[in-house]
Amino acid sequence: MYLTKKLQLKIIEDIMIKKVYEDSVNYFQVMDENGVIDKSQMSNYIDDSKITEMYKWMSLTRAADSKVISLQRQGRAVTYGPSVGEEATQVGSAMAMAPKDILVPNFRQHGSYFVRGLPLYNFFLYWKGYEEGMDGTKAINATPYTVPVATQLLHAVGLAFGQKYLKTDANVLTYVGDGGTSEGNFYEALNFAGELKLPIVFIIENNQWAISTPVSKQTAASTLAQKAIAAGFKGVQVDGNDPLAVFKATHDALENADEGPMLIESITYRLSFHTTSDDPTKYRTEAEVDEWLKKDPLKRVRTYLEKKGLWNESRQEVMDAENAKRINEAVEKSEQFKPNPKTIFENIYSFMPDTLKDEEDAAINSGFWQQGSY
Amino acid sequence: MMANMNSAINSALNIVMRDDEKAIILGEDVGKDGGVFRVTEGLLAKYGEQRVIDTPLSEAGIVGTSIGMALSGLHPVAEIQFAGFMYLAFDQLVSHAARYRSRTRSTWKVPMVVRTPVSGGVRTLEHHAESPEAYYAHSGGLIILEPSNPYDAKGLLIKAMHMEDPVLFLEPTRLYRLFRQEIPEGSYEVPIGKANIIREGTDLTIVTYGTMVPIVNNVVSKKGINAEIIDLRTINPLDEKTILQSVEKTGRVMIVHEAELSFGVGAEIAARISEKALFKLNAPIMRVASPSLPYPFPSYEQFYLPNERKVSEAIDKIMSS
Ligand SMILES: Cc1ncc(C[n+]2csc(CCOP(=O)(O)OP(=O)(O)O)c2C)c(N)n1
Ligand SMILES: [Mg+2]
Repeated sequence: MYLTKKLQLKIIEDIMIKKVYEDSVNYFQVMDENGVIDKSQMSNYIDDSKITEMYKWMSLTRAADSKVISLQRQGRAVTYGPSVGEEATQVGSAMAMAPKDILVPNFRQHGSYFVRGLPLYNFFLYWKGYEEGMDGTKAINATPYTVPVATQLLHAVGLAFGQKYLKTDANVLTYVGDGGTSEGNFYEALNFAGELKLPIVFIIENNQWAISTPVSKQTAASTLAQKAIAAGFKGVQVDGNDPLAVFKATHDALENADEGPMLIESITYRLSFHTTSDDPTKYRTEAEVDEWLKKDPLKRVRTYLEKKGLWNESRQEVMDAENAKRINEAVEKSEQFKPNPKTIFENIYSFMPDTLKDEEDAAINSGFWQQGSY
Repeated sequence: MMANMNSAINSALNIVMRDDEKAIILGEDVGKDGGVFRVTEGLLAKYGEQRVIDTPLSEAGIVGTSIGMALSGLHPVAEIQFAGFMYLAFDQLVSHAARYRSRTRSTWKVPMVVRTPVSGGVRTLEHHAESPEAYYAHSGGLIILEPSNPYDAKGLLIKAMHMEDPVLFLEPTRLYRLFRQEIPEGSYEVPIGKANIIREGTDLTIVTYGTMVPIVNNVVSKKGINAEIIDLRTINPLDEKTILQSVEKTGRVMIVHEAELSFGVGAEIAARISEKALFKLNAPIMRVASPSLPYPFPSYEQFYLPNERKVSEAIDKIMSS
């Protein structure tokens, strides 16, 4: 008799003696799209002043974003991937970190950097195309932006190993995109972290898209959070446009990081283009974007604060003006930066090899770059 | 048809897909988006999702799977979004694509093409401006192609797809839309392993490829010197014969590439010339390349890349020695 695959599986199920593994993934939200809070879910570490602070960081992030985009459009900045729509994921999680904790971002967590204290000047300097922008990362316990997708996750794992070994009591918080979960590096990092029981929290900033590729084309799995299960630890989903949910999940995970890693899938949306070189109208509908605009993290937090009488139009204007002033000052300062070509030669090794010195001297003496054209 | 390099490659892919049902295009964002440089534009609509595959974000996955597809008799042409991300597939290329044939004494073959944008000069982010050809050229078994114009790009890619070897097809982003050229509408091949003498001359041989070809050509035109310019087109296997013949005629040779100086393609060429034509030389071999350090962020790019002035100064120097 011919048995279909389904029937075969059914028979196997019937004679199965015991289930060897079962797990589940939970989703949670604290503040909904209308700015209404479910008090039973609130973290004890959050109050209204913290929510106001979140709103301010998210607003600064959005303002800085639009500044780089406009600079880029004028040829005064390089290709840039904005955070628009993802501010709650970045700000909510970074605010849950202790000062000694280490931040390992990819290329999009601008908001996390700001919360951790990266000067706006450094941010703009980097996006104007100078490595010098990243010289401010070590001082804030963060690694530089990492462009090769998912490769930073293993560095985060190594940093977590270091913290555990050196007993610094610091934890590591690292981010990856939804697309990044398809890389081997992602699985290797989870597996290492799980096996070594490291103090690390992985955040998947699931903004639904990897350039033109939707999450449904990255994986047949119904959640990304469940990927933790195979690595032997817990995964959870949160509303990534709800900074309170992101904060709570991250804070809880960091608090328990001595017991091992945690994976948080933060469900958010890239409201803008992938980068300034991308045209999203080629692959997604306006209607989809409109749906997500309703869930905008800034809008919901502002609604909440206004209802509570903690925010109004005039406060908004004051904050916008302050942000604009800080941003413009940082941009001006970054535009005065004078690149020194010697720095590209002199930061390669801990010493200067003779052969490289020859190349440096030849370059400087010939002055070929004075014209700067190629 | 008039074509820039971008549309020439698109035309080659279209022909290959039309003529060979076993050809499969795969890579990140190659379908709906038509690739981040629009090189695969229109091909999904024409050939469908079975043959133009938007893959998960995984370079090792793309190349490793392409190897398997090739082993099964298909003819994949994979795209790696930027050469700077192909290092994630390095093992698949060097340990597997390059070796499959020799490990099985030619019983298993890997007829596959991996296309990837290379080189800088276009103010990109970190890792988007790499010139990694030497890493791969160092691995026997991989064919490395790098066209400098639309005509060669189309003919080389079609030829690559007609071969049964693994081919790396390097596409200089700076040349994608730099200029247009009249090229045949239909199918044609440009030979592999054969350099192109783009200008004949008697006083100096300049061996170059990729992004440096238009730069060298401009400098030579402006200076009005009688130099012979060789555009390699194929980096490995090297067309040593064409180079040696030219050097024997001119007695002076300069190698110009964008990739880092140390341990680069120029070193290989210089070594071969010194082994086989040292006594025909009237001056030491000269190399013009980027400094031996990682490609810098855009605002330092101008201090790094070989430009017309640098090539011109080098020519003055070699001609007076
Ligand atoms: C290893 C690697 N492959 C390809 C790229 C090109 N690239 C940059 S971002 C990106 C999509 C990333 O998607 P996701 O991980 O979801 O992050 P998002 O951009 O949405 O924040 C791709 C393919 C890269 N930077 N690194
Ligand atoms: Mg994404």
